[in-house]
Amino acid sequence: MINKPANIQLDEHGRLKHFLSIEGLSREIINQILDTAAGFAGVNDKAIKKVPLLRGKTVANLFFETSTRTRTTFELAAKRLSADVLNINMNTSSTSKGETLLDTLRNLEAMQCDMFVVRHQDSGAAHFIAENVAPHVNIINAGDGRHSHPTQAMLDMFTIRHFKGDFEKLRIAIVGDISHSRVARSQVHALSTLGAREIRLVSPKTLLPAEMASFGVEVFHDFDAALDGVDVIIMLRLQKERMRGALLPSADEYYARYGLTTERLALAADDAIVMHPGPTNRGVEIEGIVADGHRSVILQQVTFGIAVRMAVMSIAISATEQSSARSSHS
Amino acid sequence: MSTFLIRHAHIIDPANNIDAQGDLYIAHGKLQPFAEGMEAEYTLDATGLVAIPGLIDLYARLREPGQEKKATIASETLAALHGGITTLICSPDTDPVIDETATVELIHRRNDDAGFARVVPLAAMTQHLDGQQISELATLRDAGCVAASQADCALASVSTLRSIMEYAATFDIKLSMLAQDASLAGNGVMHEGLTSTRMGLVGVPVVAETVALSMILELAWQTGAAIHFSRITSARGLALIRDAKAQGLNITADTSINHLFLTDKNVTGFNSLCHTQPPLRSAEDRQALRDALSDGTLDAICTDHAPHDPDAKLAPFPASEPGISGLDTFLPLLLRLVDETPLSVSDVIRLASAGPAQLMGLDGGTLTPGAVADVVLLDPTDNFTCDPHAFRSKGHNSPYEGSPLKGVVKHAFVSGQHYPLSQVEG
Repeated sequence: MINKPANIQLDEHGRLKHFLSIEGLSREIINQILDTAAGFAGVNDKAIKKVPLLRGKTVANLFFETSTRTRTTFELAAKRLSADVLNINMNTSSTSKGETLLDTLRNLEAMQCDMFVVRHQDSGAAHFIAENVAPHVNIINAGDGRHSHPTQAMLDMFTIRHFKGDFEKLRIAIVGDISHSRVARSQVHALSTLGAREIRLVSPKTLLPAEMASFGVEVFHDFDAALDGVDVIIMLRLQKERMRGALLPSADEYYARYGLTTERLALAADDAIVMHPGPTNRGVEIEGIVADGHRSVILQQVTFGIAVRMAVMSIAISATEQSSARSSHS
Repeated sequence: MSTFLIRHAHIIDPANNIDAQGDLYIAHGKLQPFAEGMEAEYTLDATGLVAIPGLIDLYARLREPGQEKKATIASETLAALHGGITTLICSPDTDPVIDETATVELIHRRNDDAGFARVVPLAAMTQHLDGQQISELATLRDAGCVAASQADCALASVSTLRSIMEYAATFDIKLSMLAQDASLAGNGVMHEGLTSTRMGLVGVPVVAETVALSMILELAWQTGAAIHFSRITSARGLALIRDAKAQGLNITADTSINHLFLTDKNVTGFNSLCHTQPPLRSAEDRQALRDALSDGTLDAICTDHAPHDPDAKLAPFPASEPGISGLDTFLPLLLRLVDETPLSVSDVIRLASAGPAQLMGLDGGTLTPGAVADVVLLDPTDNFTCDPHAFRSKGHNSPYEGSPLKGVVKHAFVSGQHYPLSQVEG
């Protein structure tokens, strides 16, 4: 009855213009991001950590929700690409004075920013901004509500590829609060697009969204059973407010059943790696000794996050530049 | 008042099982028996047009008083005529809410000034719709409210609901109820299912409807209150209604035109135009709703009209305001149901005329001589592409933009007052 929406992430040539969600992206584009990030990972190890790909561009970080790590790694990524970076804490700016999101956007456009990195509490916010932004501006989603956190998923894929190689051989468990997690949703899309052998979601029913099994995943409520033969364990952050009310009775009961302890880790494959998008809640979802242990790649995830964000930003900018170069020739 | 003779119309009058060529005679605001040789001040040659009873919409938000930036009684009553509707039952969630006779009188006065479709208010079940203090329901009924409704607002407790039902039963006041448990609906913004999970949007589960329905049905047995269920959305909800009707409970139910065409999948891409309350449900639910139109489980179809200013939809999906502007497209969409379901034109017209008239105890909904002269003449073959910017409603928020539709209203009569619509510009 009504038309299906176009995939607004891609330009008319199928190139990545905005990075809003993993869903809807081909394996080719995901691999392009990972390959490009691999190139940048080298840059980040050098003494002079800059490339001029975004020289003269202005990147505005619009964080409507607080975040330290994600915002900082985006800022570092933009600076290493030689962009000028504007950090705007939207919690204290005009939106709290009643200006609509669209008004805020128009003002920033008028300041001739080239790229907005957006984090927002509402699912679909980055999508909404991409639909309404001037055509020369790229939007990078840095997390919207429970919907998507695509750069986090990409840095997770980068990490898995780095340590484990071929996705088609891998069994991956994602553990914890799936329901409220934009990270888990993005990871599931990325892993299934990359052809992971098995995706296991582990959580109590109160933290599992509806019809999750239709996403080509296997749902487990028993963490121990889910760990059998697993190559990658991704622990999700459990926010304290989930303990209030009827979702979970207590941190202790949760930890006893869904916490990743040394004993539990032994149930996974011998060379399994442990990941976490951070910030970790030690003693709630993960034992400190596991988070710091030699199987943990949690800090490498953060490091790789810079290269991955550099890759996404440079790919999006180059799509826009190629389009505008073409239109100025014609 | 003028006398009118409508000649050579294709008359579809479901209340009388009429589907034939014929003539209609209007005098003193009523339909009159016609015999050859009778004279009228005006004669209208309706060759090629279909004459139907004016449609009755069971649930429309007119926004006036209080939210005139979204819509006014004048704009929406004209839009209604273009959608084939001659009677609009308006929701009580205006500002001030319809909890005093003064507000009812204001609405009637604005309606008299504007003309066009007739507005019949629903009384707010509780004062200020606060869910606690019952309104003066009998006084409001005497002032012209056809039934009482809590709009989309919650009641404080089950015992409040029980008291309201007992009080309403005392005075034979019908209650029009949205079956949706507020705590289960939570801050959900769409149907809970695969699409809500995919999009990370908080869902309203089907049990929000069925739990509320079960509770209201049990209270209806006990209190004897006459209940109309407004905007049923789910297959399981329909099953409960079907069972209760089979057991002889005095209930009726409708669904909205949008729930018969759209599903939760239409929200994909964060389409805020498909953000509705109650939410659009699954394709299986939509099919069950369509089936329930045939088997008598559903008695009527309403617009669930919710006109908005453009800003209301220009926000991230959860922050956008719910609802679809549905008056202008009502009749074309009803006719489209004829193409997509086993229902006949007569069936769909009955569900939006005689059906609502009977369950609310209103005049109209029929072309029987002696009935109020609410008549719509339409060209059922007139094709057009839906363009919300051309709506007569002040609310242009419609997801049907670009859909091919057919069925254009050419004339409307409300209590015998003639509105030639091809010439009227809104």
